[in-house]
Amino acid sequence: MAAQTVTLERQKRGFWVQTYLPEIFKGMGVTLKHFFGAIAKPSENIVTVSYPEEQRPYPARYRGRHRLMVREDGQVRCVACMCCSTICPANCIHIEAAEHDDPSVEKYPETFVIDQLRCIVCGLCVEACPCDAIRMDTGVHCSPFIAEDTDDFNALEGELRARERAFYARDLLMEAGDHSRAVQGGRRSF
Amino acid sequence: MNFIDVALIPLLKIGVIVFGFAMLIGSMLTLAERKQSAYIQRRKGPNRAYLFRKDLRLNGLFHLIADGLKMLLKEDFVPHGANRKLHLLAPMLGLMPAMVIFAIVPFMDYACTGAMAAPIAGKDYCFPEELGALANAPLAELSNPLFNADLNHWFQVANIHSGLLYIFAVTGLAVYGSAIAGWASNSKFSLLGGLRASAQMISYEVSMGLSLAGILMIYGTLDVNELVREQGELLFGFLPQWGIVLQPLAFFLFLTASIAESKRAPFDMPEAESELVAGYFTEYSAMKFAVFSLGEFVTVVFIAAIVSTLFLGGWQVPWLYADGFHFTAASMPSAVAAQQLTVEAAQSALTANTNFAPDIALPYWLVVALRIGGFVTKVLLMCFLQLQFRWTVPRFRYDQIMHLGWKILLPLSIANLLITALVILLV
Repeated sequence: MAAQTVTLERQKRGFWVQTYLPEIFKGMGVTLKHFFGAIAKPSENIVTVSYPEEQRPYPARYRGRHRLMVREDGQVRCVACMCCSTICPANCIHIEAAEHDDPSVEKYPETFVIDQLRCIVCGLCVEACPCDAIRMDTGVHCSPFIAEDTDDFNALEGELRARERAFYARDLLMEAGDHSRAVQGGRRSF
Repeated sequence: MNFIDVALIPLLKIGVIVFGFAMLIGSMLTLAERKQSAYIQRRKGPNRAYLFRKDLRLNGLFHLIADGLKMLLKEDFVPHGANRKLHLLAPMLGLMPAMVIFAIVPFMDYACTGAMAAPIAGKDYCFPEELGALANAPLAELSNPLFNADLNHWFQVANIHSGLLYIFAVTGLAVYGSAIAGWASNSKFSLLGGLRASAQMISYEVSMGLSLAGILMIYGTLDVNELVREQGELLFGFLPQWGIVLQPLAFFLFLTASIAESKRAPFDMPEAESELVAGYFTEYSAMKFAVFSLGEFVTVVFIAAIVSTLFLGGWQVPWLYADGFHFTAASMPSAVAAQQLTVEAAQSALTANTNFAPDIALPYWLVVALRIGGFVTKVLLMCFLQLQFRWTVPRFRYDQIMHLGWKILLPLSIANLLITALVILLV
């Protein structure tokens, strides 16, 4: 195929545009308008959200902090099937299973820890769970983990403590727990 | 002439004008620029630093202290192979010209303690309490600053009669700081930045000087305070003949050339953060870096001061003279009539003739306050405009800067000079 030639028309610029000066004044007009607009009516014209103090509302399906659902008697709904920790791409869920007293419930998680600093908030654990035992619909996110109350000498220790605070254990995750309407273990839970 | 007159009061003036005015506004500009750019871009800008209590933020005012402290505490780094002495000298040379230029900036006219200060053709004359030998001298001698000059009555650090030349001399020195910084750092980015800085500053100095030559021809003096006094005359009987009125083209040429001299965007080729990291001060850290950036901001203040002095009437408030507001030239003796008079005759003519009373009489201290306030306002306004300009105009390419300097500004300033000369010759 033969090479094609495309001729582009040069943009025609008038004399005053080429002198550059009127355009500078126009530009100054624009920036001055913005400047005085921002000073006169900050609430309308400034778009900054000062994050920790002001927050935008999260969308309805926002994936927030995890919560573990509970049974009617308040026990953890999870059966320690390890689906969530298996699918977790960040490897942030640690479960130790134990035998349950009730013979109709085979297992329960003796420890269930989510490392919130490692979690990438993908929501796959929620998708994987066969029992509707883990959800991410709390609408809040974890508060930042900041090393506090340490002097320089103990800085490392303080950081380690902050790191430990990111390990959300079972009971903490169950605090926002709720009853699920889903059928579990072959019988309705309510 | 005792110790107080010779040393103490000049030192006090230096302290107040350089540190209390130039450096203060310069360091405030570091925050002002960030805030102003934020408002232009509809952001809030820095507002996190606080003092004592978390809610005591004053919309970010403490960032001034925070930035300064940060600069003080950082490591002072000198790169391997750098010339240590010149590396240390360069920031000083960068800041020094911007500061010493304030020696000749007049904040007010000669403060009159004499019997009467009254305008003749738009210029204030200060009559001494005792006329003495002056009585039969021509009036022109009164306007000669040296004649009755008590050094402490000048509202400027040094009343140099060739003040305008001093401005050129000192701005010429400004190039050394950046050139030496570029050479002494042993870094290619710095060297390129230094080279660009020297080429750019030398190019723009030419049109800077030529654009002021018109002012020189019109007012006929190099004394900066006298230049401001001349701008108080009324054109057509009502319009103060400020520099911007008589030389509007020179105003734009000088402003453009001096913004190029200050090496700030859109003329920021020597710093060029997109291609040269930080140009000639790439290898500077801590307070040396701070001195460079402070020097840049003090240069902004100094450009604002020079532009307001030469083009915006300096300390002149429109129609305000030593005894109050005169809105028309009719309430002042004309220059032609006054030149014939001796000092004694002029004084008696002014006091006897009620036609020469001001339209609104004001006490002299209020006039002084208004004039100083007016000058500071003009300077702040020009600083604001420079920051606004910096955040409005896109950067030039390096060849465009040279094109603008040599092929546009220079011919325009020569044309301006020619036209001014023709008008002066014909009128």
